[in-house]
Amino acid sequence: MNIIKATKLVYEYLKMDEEGNIESRHKAVDDVDLDVQAGDFVAILGHNGSGKSTLAKHINAILVPTEGTLYVDGKDTRDDSKLWEIRQSAGMVFQNPDNQIIGTMVDEDVGFGPENMGVPQQEIWQRVEESLKAVGMWEYRSHSPNRLSGGQKQRVAIAGVVAMRPKCIVLDEPTAMLDPNGRKEVIRTVRELNKREHVTVLLITHYMEEVIHADKVIVMDQGKIVMQGTPREVFSRVEELKSYRLDVPQATLVAHELKKAGLELPDGILSNEELTEALEHLRR
Amino acid sequence: MLREITLGQYYPADSVIHKLDPRVKLAGTMVFIISLFAFQSVESYIVATIFLAAVIHISHVPFGFMTKGLKSIIMLLMITVVFNLFLIPGTPVCKIWILTVTKEGIITAVSMAVRLVYLIIGSSVMTLTTTPNNLTDGLEKALRPLGKIRVPVHEIAMMMSIALRFIPILLEETDKIMKAQTARGADFESGGLMQKAKNMIPLLVPLFISAFRRANDLAMAMEARGYHGGEGRTKMKPLVYQQRDRMAYLILLAYFAVMFAASRIGFFAGLF
Repeated sequence: MNIIKATKLVYEYLKMDEEGNIESRHKAVDDVDLDVQAGDFVAILGHNGSGKSTLAKHINAILVPTEGTLYVDGKDTRDDSKLWEIRQSAGMVFQNPDNQIIGTMVDEDVGFGPENMGVPQQEIWQRVEESLKAVGMWEYRSHSPNRLSGGQKQRVAIAGVVAMRPKCIVLDEPTAMLDPNGRKEVIRTVRELNKREHVTVLLITHYMEEVIHADKVIVMDQGKIVMQGTPREVFSRVEELKSYRLDVPQATLVAHELKKAGLELPDGILSNEELTEALEHLRR
Repeated sequence: MLREITLGQYYPADSVIHKLDPRVKLAGTMVFIISLFAFQSVESYIVATIFLAAVIHISHVPFGFMTKGLKSIIMLLMITVVFNLFLIPGTPVCKIWILTVTKEGIITAVSMAVRLVYLIIGSSVMTLTTTPNNLTDGLEKALRPLGKIRVPVHEIAMMMSIALRFIPILLEETDKIMKAQTARGADFESGGLMQKAKNMIPLLVPLFISAFRRANDLAMAMEARGYHGGEGRTKMKPLVYQQRDRMAYLILLAYFAVMFAASRIGFFAGLF
């Protein structure tokens, strides 16, 4: 089943002069077709300004398409009456952990979404407990978010979305402001959610290492989808990725260079382990 | 240095007063202040003193914390006392230069001072035993009837609690910007008042820009999590009156009655 279906999606930013006349139009998202199956882990890659965040904001109906259509869980995002349903089925986690935590205590923050939905009090507590346990932050429930590390704050933010029981979570560069440890923490949490709870995940990022476990990788450039496929397929096209100013994982890059130098390595090596294995194999 | 500023003056302790519903404490503070100004006799001041002392005692907050709040009003207190002392006409007691101290003046000055001091201590008891967030919740619920005359009670409470959450973050940010600007040669220390104010510009401009950006982000995050005002919203930690809250209301009522009675006896009235 398609949980997210975009057809010929276009979003234009208008630049106005002082009198409010339109000076120029800029297509941040340009003619994008997107299909995401329920339960998938989809990663969207792209350089700054490639339109990936704009696309993400459409899925939560924060932005509505200028042209084309977007259906989230069978609901048209342009339909105002379905707005809150859409926001419930597609939760969103943002980049800056400080700017998305509303509560002054961890459990209060996780309860914020369910409170807005009008969930009965007993059930809110149940959901808060479940989602805090799902992200491994239950012990911190009565802490102030200000005292948590970046990775922990981001996990609380994820729990806040999980507590709304969404079918799909959109993460807009959730690791961009974190240190390497925090990054690992968050990605592990997201992967576990996807595996155990079968939540559809749409991860937007520019760190290649985070996407090698995705079911599908989409590369965006200048508002358009320019590449898509499994990580292996996408990362085997190293030169093309470079032309979109993206870095490939280190192991892939080394393999690519070795191949260019004449070694017979397979395409689409993603991790260090795979590379060592392939090299061992070659030596024998 | 900015990290050390604590917001509000909550003193964490495990006491009945701390556990009371914030609405009770709000009402209690109101009743106490009204009683101070409505009943003016020596007896009622004695009753108020006993009541206040008892509350402070069971709140487990050291008395030193209570009087901290007095520092800020010491000037106001002095002015009130001095003006009352010299400017109220009546039976002269003694004369200092061209100013006459009257008996009525002394009585008013003393009772004014007592009232002001008790007012501050009384409200300190509330702020010391209630977390800012709890207080906001209490205010929201207590002021709910105002919603009928289109006062946006929920919105005001939400703004207050968000402000409370962001104060430490913005303080940290101020610290960061200050360091960054100092590293670039900005000077926040020297110069006169005007110069100092001017020197604040490189601090305030980035701070404001970042605050607006944060507000924008937060609004988006709130909407993404389905926030659409107070309507149809449930509460995770709703305020529900407990047995002790009902008891506290009864005690308050009793206190008010005793204050009223005390003001009527007039046992000491003959003294003046």
